[in-house]
Amino acid sequence: MSLTSPKPKPKASGNRGTPPPRTPAQRKAALGLDRGGWFLLLPALIPILILSVGPLLYGVSLAFTDSQSGRTNPTEFVGLTNFADLGHDSLFWDSFRIGLVWAFCVTALQLLLALGLALLLNQNLRFRWLARTLALVPWAMPEVVVGIMWRLVYHQDAGILNATLKDLGFINENVDWLGSLSMALPAVIVVGIWAGMPQTTVVLLAGLQNVPGELREAAALDGAGIWRRFTAVTWPAIKPVIVAITALNFIWNFNSFGLVYVLTQGGPGGETRLPMLFAYEEAFKYGQFGYAAAMGLAMIAVIAVFLTLFLRKRLKEEAA
Amino acid sequence: MSTVGTLRAKRAAGHTGQYLALLAYLVFLAFPLLWLVSTAFKPAKELGSIDPTWLPKDWTLENFRVAFDSQPLLHSALNSLIVAVSAAVIAVAIAIPAAYAMVRYKSKVSTAGTAWILVSQMFPFVLIIIPLFLVLKNLHLINSIGGLIIVYVVWNLPFSLWMLQGYVKAVPISLEEAAAVDGASRFRTLVSVVFPLLTPGLVATLMFSFVTAWNEFFFALVLLKSPENQTMSVILTRFLGAEGVADLGPLAAASVIATIPSLLFFALLQRRLVSGMLAGAVKG
Repeated sequence: MSLTSPKPKPKASGNRGTPPPRTPAQRKAALGLDRGGWFLLLPALIPILILSVGPLLYGVSLAFTDSQSGRTNPTEFVGLTNFADLGHDSLFWDSFRIGLVWAFCVTALQLLLALGLALLLNQNLRFRWLARTLALVPWAMPEVVVGIMWRLVYHQDAGILNATLKDLGFINENVDWLGSLSMALPAVIVVGIWAGMPQTTVVLLAGLQNVPGELREAAALDGAGIWRRFTAVTWPAIKPVIVAITALNFIWNFNSFGLVYVLTQGGPGGETRLPMLFAYEEAFKYGQFGYAAAMGLAMIAVIAVFLTLFLRKRLKEEAA
Repeated sequence: MSTVGTLRAKRAAGHTGQYLALLAYLVFLAFPLLWLVSTAFKPAKELGSIDPTWLPKDWTLENFRVAFDSQPLLHSALNSLIVAVSAAVIAVAIAIPAAYAMVRYKSKVSTAGTAWILVSQMFPFVLIIIPLFLVLKNLHLINSIGGLIIVYVVWNLPFSLWMLQGYVKAVPISLEEAAAVDGASRFRTLVSVVFPLLTPGLVATLMFSFVTAWNEFFFALVLLKSPENQTMSVILTRFLGAEGVADLGPLAAASVIATIPSLLFFALLQRRLVSGMLAGAVKG
């Protein structure tokens, strides 16, 4: 890296024709960049502090209070009561279990399918422009529209899925995809995959295009088959991209709200009530701000544990 | 000869497999979209049929007319437009100097800024929206478009900063040095040298911020109560009706309309988007 490589110190300047300063520090000094740039940061810093960092700290502190909406008596500090209540709340545990199933399934399948598609799009195939274009559409669509669209697809009587499966002879009776206890969660997981796969594909494709083709050719000349070329050349090259996008996907999926809100509103019988939907109901349906904030903190804890487990190995590799 | 033959056969089989896989992906990606568009153009009579067909037998624009009549759709589209444009412009305007400073001045604030960009991705919205809700309530900005714009600006900032940083890094510092040698002031250098080079990146970031705000649902759902203030995403969920018994045709028509602006911008963006996302990640 340019920052670490040793550079010869330029001779004392002053006389005409001296080369421009060379070390990063000197270049900055010449441009006046060594003096604070904080005033440039100010316009961004103020809204961030007031409307992001501040509320976040406020939100964290709310988790330790009995804050409720529309209450007349002042909010009081209640310590860990909210967390103790969460521990006894079976609905909360159900919701977290569902949230984890949802996040793991969607993230894993998203990655698998996106990797497959990205590898295909990286080949010289006809019609790949069509797939590339189509892959952008779900990414651009509003979450709400994706939800509505799949409700139309899953519609028990007028939906195309039931009609097609019936024509193909897979089912005899129309299935109530979003309304049955056993089918609802898998059904929304499929929607989650559909909605998130394109973005993952595009990112992986960009990663794949940075893998030098000569490496794969060399491996092929050495007699490596497709699988061996993938494991020995492609996979190691795109692993950092995969790790990054998977970590982000997991966080996004675990925090997901709009899609399932539109599809099922958490039903049937709470079978698809993701943690965010649960927290939303607690906060804005029942006005339990303190309790909902405690839930938010619990969600962060889950994400933090996942990230630590997931990234630990990678960080170790980097440190070594 | 025979080995070449088998190789070729193998390769052909491989190609067929690849095309089959590609076809499967195309079907999975396209069929819900096709169904949405087809529903939007179907007459009510066909929508009620128990044997739905893939394409409308009689194409009609009736659903679009009903959609515009039955709900304040146009008004909500206008709301969405105002909110998305304002949020995008403000967010990018305050992100430009910050992104420049974070790239060119290596200070503790810059490091903290980058850390915040990453950390802010981790927090569940609920932990941010409750305190924001309370703060905005005290400022009487609940149920107002202004309040939503403020929230979206903050919401758009991390990614705008991220993308713009990548574009600033791409501006060679030697150009700024050259301008300084020619006697240009700092301000002049920024306006005449750096800014023009950033324009394509700015446009991309603006478009992305617009789409993010246009598509957003959760904050709008929580903050906007009265229908005349609601954005398109929220109005669309009203089409679903109380028990999810919806008028399918107009619902599909309205959904198609709501998607058009985002799709348009994404089509224009597509190349820049990926490079922008990755550029921010490149180490300086």
